[in-house]
Amino acid sequence: MPYIPHTDKDVAEMLAGIGASSTEDLFDEIPVGLRVDDLPGVPEALTEAEITRLMRRRARRDGEVVSFLGAGAYEHYIPAAVWDVATRGEFYSAYTPYQAEASQGTLQLIYEYQTMMTGLTGLDVSNASLYDGATAFAEACLMAVRANRKSKSGRVLVSRGVNPIYRSVTDAIIKGQGIELVEIPLRDGRTDVDALAQFDGQDFAALCLQQPTFLGTIEEADAITDWAHERNILVIGSCNPLSLALLKAPGDWGENGADIACGEGQPLGIPLSSGGPYFGYMVCRTQLQRQMPGRIVGGTLDIEGRVGYTLTLQAREQHIRRSKATSNICTNQGLMVTAATIHMSLLGAEGLRRVALACHANTRMLADALAKIDGVSIAFGPYFHEAVVQLDRPAQSIIEALGSQKILAGYDLSAHYPELGSALLVCATEARTSDDIGAYVAAFEDAMKKSQAA
Amino acid sequence: MSEVPQNLRYTSDHEWVRLEDDGSVVVGITDHAQEALGELVYVEAPEAGQEYGKGDACVVVESVKAASDVYAPISGECSESNGALADEPERVNQSPYEDGWLVRLIPSDPAEMEELMDADAYAQFLIDSDG
Amino acid sequence: MSEPLIFEISQRGRRAPSHAPSDVPEHDLPADLLREDPPLLPEVSELQVVRHFTRLSQRNFSIDTEFYPLGSCTMKYNPKACNRLAMLPEFLERHPLGAVEHGQGFLECMYELQDMLAAVTGMAATSLTPMAGAQGEFAGVAMIRAYHDANGDHERREIIVPDAAHGTNPATATMCGCVAVEIPTGADGDIDMDALRDAVGPQTAGIMLTNPSTLGVFERKITEVAKIVHDAGGLLYYDGANLNAILGRAFPGDMGFDVMHLNLHKTFSTPHGGGGPGSGAVCVNERLEPFLPIPVVGKKIVDGEDRYVWLTEADRPRSIGRLSAFMGNAGILLRAYIYMRILGREGMRRVSEFATLNANYLMKRLADLGFDVAFPERRASHEFIVSLKAITSETGITAMDFAKALLDRGFHAPTTYFPLLIPECLLIEPTETEARQDLDAFANALAEIRDLARSDPDAVKAAPMTTPVRRLDDVRAARHLDLAWRPADDASQ
Repeated sequence: MPYIPHTDKDVAEMLAGIGASSTEDLFDEIPVGLRVDDLPGVPEALTEAEITRLMRRRARRDGEVVSFLGAGAYEHYIPAAVWDVATRGEFYSAYTPYQAEASQGTLQLIYEYQTMMTGLTGLDVSNASLYDGATAFAEACLMAVRANRKSKSGRVLVSRGVNPIYRSVTDAIIKGQGIELVEIPLRDGRTDVDALAQFDGQDFAALCLQQPTFLGTIEEADAITDWAHERNILVIGSCNPLSLALLKAPGDWGENGADIACGEGQPLGIPLSSGGPYFGYMVCRTQLQRQMPGRIVGGTLDIEGRVGYTLTLQAREQHIRRSKATSNICTNQGLMVTAATIHMSLLGAEGLRRVALACHANTRMLADALAKIDGVSIAFGPYFHEAVVQLDRPAQSIIEALGSQKILAGYDLSAHYPELGSALLVCATEARTSDDIGAYVAAFEDAMKKSQAA
Repeated sequence: MSEVPQNLRYTSDHEWVRLEDDGSVVVGITDHAQEALGELVYVEAPEAGQEYGKGDACVVVESVKAASDVYAPISGECSESNGALADEPERVNQSPYEDGWLVRLIPSDPAEMEELMDADAYAQFLIDSDG
Repeated sequence: MSEPLIFEISQRGRRAPSHAPSDVPEHDLPADLLREDPPLLPEVSELQVVRHFTRLSQRNFSIDTEFYPLGSCTMKYNPKACNRLAMLPEFLERHPLGAVEHGQGFLECMYELQDMLAAVTGMAATSLTPMAGAQGEFAGVAMIRAYHDANGDHERREIIVPDAAHGTNPATATMCGCVAVEIPTGADGDIDMDALRDAVGPQTAGIMLTNPSTLGVFERKITEVAKIVHDAGGLLYYDGANLNAILGRAFPGDMGFDVMHLNLHKTFSTPHGGGGPGSGAVCVNERLEPFLPIPVVGKKIVDGEDRYVWLTEADRPRSIGRLSAFMGNAGILLRAYIYMRILGREGMRRVSEFATLNANYLMKRLADLGFDVAFPERRASHEFIVSLKAITSETGITAMDFAKALLDRGFHAPTTYFPLLIPECLLIEPTETEARQDLDAFANALAEIRDLARSDPDAVKAAPMTTPVRRLDDVRAARHLDLAWRPADDASQ
């Protein structure tokens, strides 16, 4: 019986102690009509060896793919020490650190994580993480609506450069609360600063940018930040944390910096793993810290004056207010934060910067090579580590052709950005070698020759 | 046994009210309330000029485990909040009726003062509801 | 002994250089887009990193090291096989947006998991996307609201919640634009049926319940509750936090629930990880199936073979939408899948059998040792409540003091702050993976603390004494917020 330690003697003695004749007796309070005797929909048990063979077989079906796909999840090299240490039983099987004296490992780690995130973003207070980048974005919008006392509209400006799935998830989460997202158009792949004029005089709680944008371009965040602040609009920056090792931090945007930074933490030591588990991060200005959702760890002293760490500001987290917008979130992505903190410690600022530069260089190498092919052009610049490739024929045909060679060509932008025509978002991280890039370009050229121009 | 000063009026939500000579009204929470909440760590009070109807939440008091609303005992406009509480929220625990006052309101309907309990009624209320 | 912060170990110029590319070409990015100063991150060697975080891990309690009878958390053993197989390189490397042709192995696991979860709950369909119990709850209430809106019942906005419910329930109702209406629980642990009849009406959207309840006992009148709510036009939502008690023995679907969430990190043994990640898959009956959050895994026959595909907006236009950027906590779902395959059909039923045996045994042991059990006439489900109120009145020693004293004896405390209805209580859930001798040791430890409370209460108040820190000043932590380390003013890093 896997994982059940009881011997027959144990069972007999325990039943005797309870005064029951069999374990079935213990369920006598369940009405007879509700009792279930069997689970026909569940297969027979497998031994550990059998499930190992099964899972290896299924994994092999999926392996050996070379990816040039980003669009919100990125392949980076993760040093061996990260998951070796993160999956130690004392981290892996620990509970939420409610009994602080029994959880100083987790609590101190989260405190270190919070510190690192304030450093990357240039803002003051980080929480202990949220579920992922999309829900962090939704929570940031809710937080801005709660926190912005000068705004009553419940309307939030969101650049079209923000990940379309993030916007979709935010809609699903906020629609029950009467909050409205209003889109700011793009020009040349970035937020159109001139287009902001149309919103002058209107009441918005917040303005959201993504850095780099979903299209890979780098926003000129200073002007937009100042425009918003002059109108009492809070600024939310959804930023790729790896890019922040290189790009200007949201805390330094414009005159006063952004108010809230959030985003997807996956690039920091979290494997792609078909989309999860990842973690969302959120960092804010000191003035807004009491509005921040999720758990927060604080330093304090014990009764002997020793430094220790504990969950704090919990009244906000669990309190159910009848105020405008509420969140029911009560978990963080503890294990992922553990890995990310170890990863950031191993790489440090210089290491992350080199990874960021290597990603940029690889994508540039790829983009430059593709631009030489007839019928192919690179749409925008400057970009960080993703570029928009425009084609004279449907992107899907290239994706399929390269897919049959086990190359993930990129993300088809036609569904979410039809104004770009036939376009592919490509990404070459530091995980791609120049051989990989060469093979991609050759396969692309080949596919272009074989298919017809549209 | 918690303290219930005679010169004040009270609500069933454990707020006290003191009518000042200038017609304004000072509001706080009672000794019973501060005892129940535990040590306060933060007080979120309104800015001057905010208006409240009787029973509207106007202040939030936060202890380690809970954040509680304090309700306006009468309708009115906030003229000031106790700024000292930003750095020393513990004043509410140490001196709930004096240094720990929360807000000053300009009442819009003086008749509402009559609806409040006097000290004896509040003391009885505490006994009846068993604290 | 304290462990310094990684920043205190850090020294300028020290690096673990082998993890980043060594030769980095010049770049062409405009200077005004770049940061001027590097971010404040540690500069340490690999050994220093490994040593620091390993030592931090040793300052934790965990299931791998201690018995953790936390009520409503189901702290059962996390099988190593689940972790190892979920972390096979091919699973880790798969991009979420990769073509389904390159993901059939993974998708087959997800499809089978959907089916197995529906099978063990007596429901019709599953969505795996919610990333935690709270998100699952949100999905559930959002689906109830979408159902009523689709029927034109826009006035149905009230969600009934028992007063013993967990705090997320009313919060979830508010998030979905509904109003939470509380009804009382009776002294015997069942819902007050008269209060329920009064509360339902044309404004009722639904009711949120756990069964067994948060008081650790089975809601015996559940079929009647379902009838009352359904007759009034409302739907029933099941909070699956306590599924361990009835896994394979009773189906929420049969009880009349229309929608439920599961806590895979509880019942299906995915890791708690120091606070997450969780996973809150939702199961529904036919009525609510069109509203499931997306994406969902579907199966088509292509060239005579099974082909697994994602079903998204186009396939499911009435869905409440997406709750995550991709498809939820995939790696956690894989662990749950592997766990269910190892347990198999009979193993599911053994979970509830031994979880309930352990809980009833431990409850009787503690009653025999003189503790007050909250519902002594009832069967324990997978957990039960001990009230320490009498001991507190007698000695001044509280449930929290007991919790701290247990730490010194090598046990993580049970849940102490919940349910709120019973003051100074311990909610104890041993789970099925604990051996009888460990249950006995725990019971004896509690008795020893109780005896010490009577003979030397100060000794109990002084606990814990053997943990890395003694009791921490929560008030100071909240009043003087220290939420990030900062270098001393003039110190260069």
